[in-house]
Amino acid sequence: MELFRIKKDIPFMSYGRLTTSISLITFIFSVYFLAVHGLNMGVDFTGGTVMEVNYPQAADLGKVRAAVDGIGLKEASVQNFGTSHDVLIRLPIKAGLTTAQLSEKVLVELRKDNASVEMRRVEFVGPQVGEELYANGALALLLVCLGIMAYLAVRFEWRFAVSAIIANMHDVVIILGFFSFFQWEFNLTVLAAVLAVLGYSVNESVVVFDRVRENFRKMRKASVPEVINNAITRTMSRTIITHAMTQTMVCSMLFFGGEVLHNFALALTIGILFGIYSSVLVASPIVMWLGISREDMVKPDKKLQADAQP
Amino acid sequence: MNRYPTWKYILIATVLVFSTLYALPNFYGESPAVQISAAKNNSKVDTALLGVVESTLKQEKVAYQAVFLDASGIKVRFADTDTQIKAKDVLQGILGKDYVIALNLLSRSPSWLRSIGAQPMYLGLDLRGGVHFLLQVDMKAAQDKALERYVGDLRTSLREKRIPYNGIAHQRDIVQVKFKDAADLAKAKEQIEKNYPDLLLKEDSGGAEKTLNASLSLVALKRLQDFALKQNIQTLHNRINELGVAEPIIQQQGIDRVVVQLPGVQDTAKAKEILGRTATLEIRMVDEEKNDPATLQNASKGQVPFGDEFFVERNGVPVLLKKQVVLTGDYITDASPGIDQQGGESVVHVNLDGRGARIFRQVTHENVGKRMAILLVEKGQSEVITAPVIREEIGGGRVQISGMASIKEATDVALLLRAGALAAPMDIIEERTVGPSMGQENITRGVHSTLWGFAAISVMMILYYLVFGTISVLALSVNLLLLVAVLSLLQATLTLPGLAAIALALGMAIDANVLINERIREELHNGSSPQAAIHSGYDRAFDTILDSNVTTLIAALALLTFGTGPIKGFAVVHGLGIMTSMFSAVLVSRGMVNLYYGYRRKLASLTIG
Repeated sequence: MELFRIKKDIPFMSYGRLTTSISLITFIFSVYFLAVHGLNMGVDFTGGTVMEVNYPQAADLGKVRAAVDGIGLKEASVQNFGTSHDVLIRLPIKAGLTTAQLSEKVLVELRKDNASVEMRRVEFVGPQVGEELYANGALALLLVCLGIMAYLAVRFEWRFAVSAIIANMHDVVIILGFFSFFQWEFNLTVLAAVLAVLGYSVNESVVVFDRVRENFRKMRKASVPEVINNAITRTMSRTIITHAMTQTMVCSMLFFGGEVLHNFALALTIGILFGIYSSVLVASPIVMWLGISREDMVKPDKKLQADAQP
Repeated sequence: MNRYPTWKYILIATVLVFSTLYALPNFYGESPAVQISAAKNNSKVDTALLGVVESTLKQEKVAYQAVFLDASGIKVRFADTDTQIKAKDVLQGILGKDYVIALNLLSRSPSWLRSIGAQPMYLGLDLRGGVHFLLQVDMKAAQDKALERYVGDLRTSLREKRIPYNGIAHQRDIVQVKFKDAADLAKAKEQIEKNYPDLLLKEDSGGAEKTLNASLSLVALKRLQDFALKQNIQTLHNRINELGVAEPIIQQQGIDRVVVQLPGVQDTAKAKEILGRTATLEIRMVDEEKNDPATLQNASKGQVPFGDEFFVERNGVPVLLKKQVVLTGDYITDASPGIDQQGGESVVHVNLDGRGARIFRQVTHENVGKRMAILLVEKGQSEVITAPVIREEIGGGRVQISGMASIKEATDVALLLRAGALAAPMDIIEERTVGPSMGQENITRGVHSTLWGFAAISVMMILYYLVFGTISVLALSVNLLLLVAVLSLLQATLTLPGLAAIALALGMAIDANVLINERIREELHNGSSPQAAIHSGYDRAFDTILDSNVTTLIAALALLTFGTGPIKGFAVVHGLGIMTSMFSAVLVSRGMVNLYYGYRRKLASLTIG
């Protein structure tokens, strides 16, 4: 079976303006939502308490809310989590209350109403820790970008490094845009997914760039857009198959992973979809516009000569 | 050209055998067990104790499956949790409080696997249930406490040397000593410099009084903080031993934080209480000269005489105590609850160490007929438990504290005192608790995600690339095996995000095989012979695989460096997954292709779909 047998190179570069404008619009929308709505930051970053409790029967949210209100926590949010048996209670940080004891207090209160309630998990993050996790997350993001850029600049050329990072940051911003638009919760696990996408999506650009470099050596007479078009077309099949495979895995997480992995898998899904798009249709035009030429890529290379005589 | 030298096949086979061995313990499952370790430094866990444990269990007719001794103590495995709990009670009764007897889960893997060091993966708290705390040590309080101690010490030594002073007090982060004239100050300065090298002295003679400001030097402050942290960690160890947790983790994080992880702990309220309580004991003298009704009346309204502190005893009697602390909980070696022989009320028996006993004897000797207050300091709040009159000099370091409300309280206070004092108060600044049922569910979720995803990928790959697809899937299974083996061998903590990373690693590792397979197809289209297509397919794809894996590895490294908790768990597996995939996707799959195609002389076509 071979689904993608493309005889003629697809002139991707002539659509460059179109594809990058689509990106630009999505990007601007994402930035807009991020600016207006912001992210629905999870307890990891804001600090506060999250409790998940389980009832053998369907939980009566009203009673749970009343119990939580009863201890003077009016700002708490109470909602179902996954199933009607599971209840998620979020308690904001409150001055004067030792937060570590807060969850115990709530549980005691809930037991009064229904003794069969079971505590499933508690996460409490102090405000200071939240800030640190936030700062560390941002630092990790920056470091990943710098590290990848440095590597690409050494292995390829600075133009590739710059365009790969632009394409990937664009993915990251779009993922964040989705999270902002739908107000999905953004927590540490999602951050891990975002950073994984960063590595993954660069992967994609690297595969295309590798082909571009190879083509510059082989297609001596071709123009730069032709070289890039050929590189993208030749790697198309691989791109689609690989992403289909990874996405299959991510879908499996989406279906079987439960609530905890749900947002993680969502972030990966968006990342993979936009990763394909951006690394092919954003990174490559940018490389071209940055003025890549054969002379930048083809250096005297011993390995090439060895390859030429199999 | 598609033949590996023999050593490469041997290398691959060896790696496969080893990874199978080390991955094996994960498939045996776990059974309930009891783990015995030493609670004190002088209690030995050795073969003699092993014999005692065995004979005790036999005598009490508690059926066990296996019993053995290893680095972390004696472990006994049982068929079910009922026997486990029964065994714990039996052993606790025999061994007493010198040993920690904790409930645990142990791998059912046979002993020959254990003897080569093969263990199942180390599951994180979100998979096995338990609590994770991050505690922040209040260094300011440690400093205050030290300065308060210096106030007492300086007062004593100035008196001893008969150097007159007008006042001595602790203000913010300095100790201020006031003198009438410069001569006294100079004498005092000389003495203090000689005897207290940790103090930095600064003269301040602006006002009418000559003042000497003493502050802790930077080195001393650093040492103080180190000590406070170490002392707190030690104390936490003792307290957690009282709780009986199988594999607690208590580690320093940064300069002023401690991570505590208690796997399998279900009663989190109890754990939190034991950890969070910063109770210690203080013994101070009652300021008898000022305990007249009028002064007490004023003191209750806030006009406390200088150098004193106002308290209300448990029984409601107001009392003025001197600020100076005679003894702290640091000198306590043991504490146990008991009943007073005469009165029948609940008491705590406290044993003091040599130095504490000496101080106590001297103080009681000098203050016969006066009252001495025993305070329980908890979370920065002091409570006077009792303030008995000293009837006679008390030697030998054995003290009985009366005034306990119930035997329950006596037990609690004894536990807290025995577990030692914290050098500085601590606050829980992060908590993650996962109930045991949730942990099990998380494992199921993670494993199901991986397996179903793996199955789907396998079907797709085999349909699309036929023989090469099958080889890719086999290589992917090798990758999974390697990853599990490496994780088991390193005993890296596996968390739910870590399980997700395994799934993701597989989803991404297949990329290498897709790249190779596509390259081979392309070479075939370009008219290469089958053997040449395999050769250059693998060769050309390698550069790309390397580049893309290095970039992913960079992301994993950054996550590892800056990530905490769940992110770290993800990063470790992510990074390891990339490395094992390099081995399996390139070397192992090539090995299989070579074995399948490489030895055919006339190869007309490849089955690559």
